[in-house]
Parts: sequence; structure tokens; C-alpha cells
Amino acid sequence: MAEELLKIEHLTKKFEDNMILDDVSLTVHRGEVIVVVGPSGCGKSTMLRCINALEPTQGGTIEIEGQQISQSSKNLTQLRQKIGMVFQSYELFPHLTVLNNILLAPAKVQKRDKEEVKKEALELLERVGLKDKADSFPRQLSGGQKQRVAIVRALCMHPEILLFDEVTAALDPEMVREVLDVMLQLAEQGKTMIIVTHEMQFARAIADRVIFLEGGKIVEDSDPETFFDHPKTERAKQFLNVFTFEHVKHKTIKKD
Amino acid sequence: MNWEFIMKYLPLYEKAAVLTVRIGVMGVVIAIIVGLICAAIQYYKIPVLKHIVGIYIELSRNTPLLVQLFFIYYGLPKIGIRTQADICGVAGLAFLGGSYMAEAFRSGLEAIEPIQAESAMSLGMNRYQMMRYVILPQAMSISIPAFIANVIFLLKETSVFSAISLMDLMFTAKDLIGMYYKTTESLFLLVVFYLIILLPVSIVGSILERRLRYAGFGA
Amino acid sequence: MPDLGLEVLLKGKNMIRLIGGLGVALRISLISVLVSIPLGILLGALMNWKNPITKAILRVYLEFIRIMPQMVLLFLVYFGSTRAFGWELSGETASIIVFILWGTAEMSDLVRGALSSIPKHQYESSEALGLSKVQTYWYIIIPQTLRRLIPLSINLITRMIKTTSLILMIGVVEVLKVAQQIIEANRMSSPNAAFGIYLAVFLLYFLACWPISLLAKYLEKRWK
Repeated sequence: MAEELLKIEHLTKKFEDNMILDDVSLTVHRGEVIVVVGPSGCGKSTMLRCINALEPTQGGTIEIEGQQISQSSKNLTQLRQKIGMVFQSYELFPHLTVLNNILLAPAKVQKRDKEEVKKEALELLERVGLKDKADSFPRQLSGGQKQRVAIVRALCMHPEILLFDEVTAALDPEMVREVLDVMLQLAEQGKTMIIVTHEMQFARAIADRVIFLEGGKIVEDSDPETFFDHPKTERAKQFLNVFTFEHVKHKTIKKD
Repeated sequence: MNWEFIMKYLPLYEKAAVLTVRIGVMGVVIAIIVGLICAAIQYYKIPVLKHIVGIYIELSRNTPLLVQLFFIYYGLPKIGIRTQADICGVAGLAFLGGSYMAEAFRSGLEAIEPIQAESAMSLGMNRYQMMRYVILPQAMSISIPAFIANVIFLLKETSVFSAISLMDLMFTAKDLIGMYYKTTESLFLLVVFYLIILLPVSIVGSILERRLRYAGFGA
Repeated sequence: MPDLGLEVLLKGKNMIRLIGGLGVALRISLISVLVSIPLGILLGALMNWKNPITKAILRVYLEFIRIMPQMVLLFLVYFGSTRAFGWELSGETASIIVFILWGTAEMSDLVRGALSSIPKHQYESSEALGLSKVQTYWYIIIPQTLRRLIPLSINLITRMIKTTSLILMIGVVEVLKVAQQIIEANRMSSPNAAFGIYLAVFLLYFLACWPISLLAKYLEKRWK
């Protein structure tokens, strides 16, 4: 079995009086692609943000490669370099070109040679089809393009694990696919990923495991076939029903 | 209009204008420094200091420069703090301007969504790197219109310096009107010199503002 | 503890005189603002007229008023009006004229800004609902404009109150002048009066302006 990369144990997070994460435990192995689904609310994104120590927690531990990470970690910036995060709102730096967006952190944080990073950046941009946009500014790009740049930016830091927080939720439908394709490529390359998404068919295609998070608890943790075809729990079943249309009043959709 | 008179007293006005600009610029520069420090304190919510800054800002924004100057120039000497008139002028401008600049810088900083900072932190940047490469560049450009407005405002406020016997433009004009009754000429020169000082700043400000609006920025 | 000259404040009618001086400032500001608001709105509307000549003249007037320090404007009106029109203006009259000119200019700009900040589709969606042009303005546009306008106007009042401190320089007996008189009168008995008195003036202005600015902030938040 591949090594344990990320270990979340008994994670508890409250916001004011609301319990957002209730004793959540999860282990992620190297090379695994985990998809987290569940009803809208703070739980899923919050879990990702806790992994990256962007949120304070009230209980439990998170370990990355055996080292504990939390907001009070002494070597937080080093630990964060191991975790790459892509946000729903892309969060590119608007005052920098696409290329400089990608080069900034490797150059300043990892102190790598600029030319070497530039080469890698351009290669990655080429692979996602955006090499010609290297000198453009974020405002000149479409949502799908910006998100692909955001992914490249995270990749250039050589993280051990990638976190995707509903990265296609804000995109126009035509652009969703180009981003999902990039993520599929990454999965094929064996990257370790945790993906929060509503795209069910995509989830089914990419996931090694599907985690169903509801009310701050992990209600189900199965492989995609089991989860989508024969969900083990009643609540998972109810959740999945939201995504299927069986009967419209003046039409009947035939099921084979 | 008596052009001879104008020519004769032009140098006097020039001297006064130089004094105005000198004190004005020094005051503005110190105001900027004070403003940056205050904005940083408020942005990082440093305990105790942020309350002091808050009180300072309310006090200086709700009182006129003239009153502040009177207090510094006539009042403070009574408890032993004696200052030269021009230092008073700089101090008054810095005191008043500091709070206006602080507001301008703070609104720039606060306009940046926290998630931009988080995105920088996720890439492993520490606070300094995040400020220097991500937050400040964006905040500065947002603050520019207010910043320029403040500079113009502070330069205009220098017109009260005659009240503490500084020989600035107003002082010169009043003097000449009192002595020679050449009201039209004296006022004419007064207006001209203030235009010389203020118009360029205003024009530069508009250009900068327009440039930045084109640079647009939506991420 | 050095003599702060504070006891002068309690002597006789000094405090009342000081407050009276501030009252002059408040009175001038109030009159000027009340006249400036309707004039400013009128001017703001006039600016939208297509006539290029009126636009140009108004433009020059506005820019001049806004770029000149108020002190200069006071001098121009107080000293200049005698020369130009032969008027013998009192300091107070000159002040009111200047403040009205200034207030109108600022107000018209605020009105213009507030009107242009109303998104276009407010007009469009109300017309789509069948409202006439007049109804659109009355029920939709004007209320929203006022909500943006009022906090900014209140801010203008605060600025005016502060600027009234300048009228001392053209001889109006307002609070700073009164302060000077008190200090002079008590030169022998309280040599340090200057400290206490000017501190008092400082606080008086603060107490006059601060509540107003708090009101403006509160309204701005509430009407966001």
C-alpha cells in the first residue's frame, strides 16, 4: 500500500456556535485521488482550508508527510509548499502577467533559479494549451483559462498534494471541460489530489475514493462505483437523487 | 491693472511661494509616513496601538488645521514646547495629513479580498513577501485617487500659515493690500501663484488616475 | 505641574463667549449648506444640459472654486468685491457668499456623482415594468440618489464647519478671535492661558464635528 501522505485525525472545527467539522478522520495515500461531495455548506471547503492551515481548528490533528500542520506551526510556510491549492475564484494576482504569477513563488519562496523555473512554467503552460498567454494579464483571460493558469501556478511549486476547492463552480459550462481535462491529466500522472466538486460524472471518472461529507461528518467513504450505483447509506442516496431527473410532469423520461 | 506693480512685487510672491511649497512638501512627506504606519497598525489590528491610532484619526479629522496650528504655536510654548513657525507648519500638516493618508492607505489595503492573501500564503509566502509582492502593489493603485486628493488638499491647507506669521502667499497678499491698496494686482498675483502650485499636481493626478483606470485590474 | 491656564475657562463668561464664537461658525455653515443644497442640485442638473457654452462656463467656475484654497476665495470676495463692485461687505457676509459658492460647487459635483453611480439597468428595469419617466425618477432614482448623497453632504457640513475657522483672518469674530481676546485680556493674571484656551477651542471644534461625522458614517452604513 502506498505511503500515507496526509493524515487527518479527529478534526473538529467550530465557527461561533456552529459545528462545521465534527470529529473528521481521513487518510490519504500517495497517488490517490479523493473526491469530496456533499450538500452545500461550509464543511467541504472548510476541510480543505484546514489542511492548508487557513482556518483555525478546535480539535484533532492534521499531518502532512508525518509533520503536523496547523496555524501555529513554526515552519508553516515550508509545510504549505507541500500543499498546492486551487481556489474557486482562481485568485491570480491581477497586477502580474500570467508568467510572473507562476514564477513569483518558486523564485521568492523556493529561491529557485529563474531561468529554470521559467522553462518549466512555459512547458506546463504549453501542456494546458496556454503558452501564448504567458505575457497576458489575468483580466485578458477567460475564466477557464485563468483556472488553468492557477493550476499551473500551484504545480510549479512541486507540491506533494493538490487541493481543488470547487474549481469549476464559477465557470461557464463551456469552460468547465477544459479545466476538468487538465485535472484528469494530473490524475493520470499519479498526482495526489483532493477534489471538492459538484460535477458528479467527473467525480466518477477521476476518483479512487469518494467521500460524502454531510453535517460535518464523513457519512460514506467508498470507491466511485459503489458510491454512485449502490450507495451504502440512506443519506447518500438522498443526496444523489438531487442530481437525477426521473419524472417531469408533462414528459416521461424512459429508463432502459 | 498696474503691470509695473506686478513686476516689482513678483519676486516677493516667488519667495513666498517657495516657502509655501517647501513647508507643504515636507508636511506631505511626513504625513505619508505617518499614514503608512497608521494604516499598517489598523490593517494588522495591533492591540492597544490600533485604538490610539483610531483616536488620533478622529481628533485630527474633526478639527481645523488652523486650530491645530494655534495650539502648537501659541499654546504648547506655555508648557515649555517652543517651536519655530515653519516647524509648526510642518508639524500641523503632518498631524492633519497623517490621518487622511492613513484612511487612503487603509481603504486600499482593505479593498484587497482576504482570499488574495490566502492564495499567496498557500504558495508558501510569508507575511512580508505577501505584502511586498501581492498586497501592497494592488493596494497602492487603489489608494492613488484618494492619495492625490489628499496631497492637493494639504497643499491648499498651507494657505493658513500666515496666521502663525509665516510669510507665505496669503501673508504677502494681505501685506501688500494693506500697504499699497493695489488690491486687484495683489489678488491677481495671489491667484496666479496658487494656480502655479496646484494646477500641475491636479493635472498629474488626473493623468495617473486615468492611467490606472485603464490598467483596470479585475482578476 | 505647570500652570495649564485652564482656570481662565471657568472665569466669568469666558466659556460662554467661546461657545458663542463657535455658534457664529455653526450659523454660517448651516445657512451656507441650506442654500447650497438646492443650488447645487440645480447646478448639477444644469450641467447635464447639452448647451456647450453653459457647460464650459460652469466647468470653469467649478474647477476654479475647487482648486483655490478657501482662504484665497475669502480674500477675493472680501477685498475684491470692494474694488470690483464697490461693495462694503462685512466679514460675515463675505464668508457666507464664499461658502455658498463653494458649497454649491461641491454639491453639484456630489449630485453628479450620485446620479451617475446609479446603474443604468435601474432605469431600464423600471421602464420595463411600465413606469413613466417621471415615476422612474420619483420612486426609483431620487430615493437612491438621496441615499448616496446625504452621507456625503453631511461630510460637507463638517468640512464647512472646520473651514469657518479661516474667517478669523477677514475679521469675523468667531471662536478663535474670541480666544485671542480672552488670552489677551488675561495676559497678566494667567500667562499660560493660551494653552488652556486653545485646547478648549480644539475640543469645542471636535465636539461640534465628531457627532456629525459619526452620523454620516452611520447613515452610510445603513443605506448601503
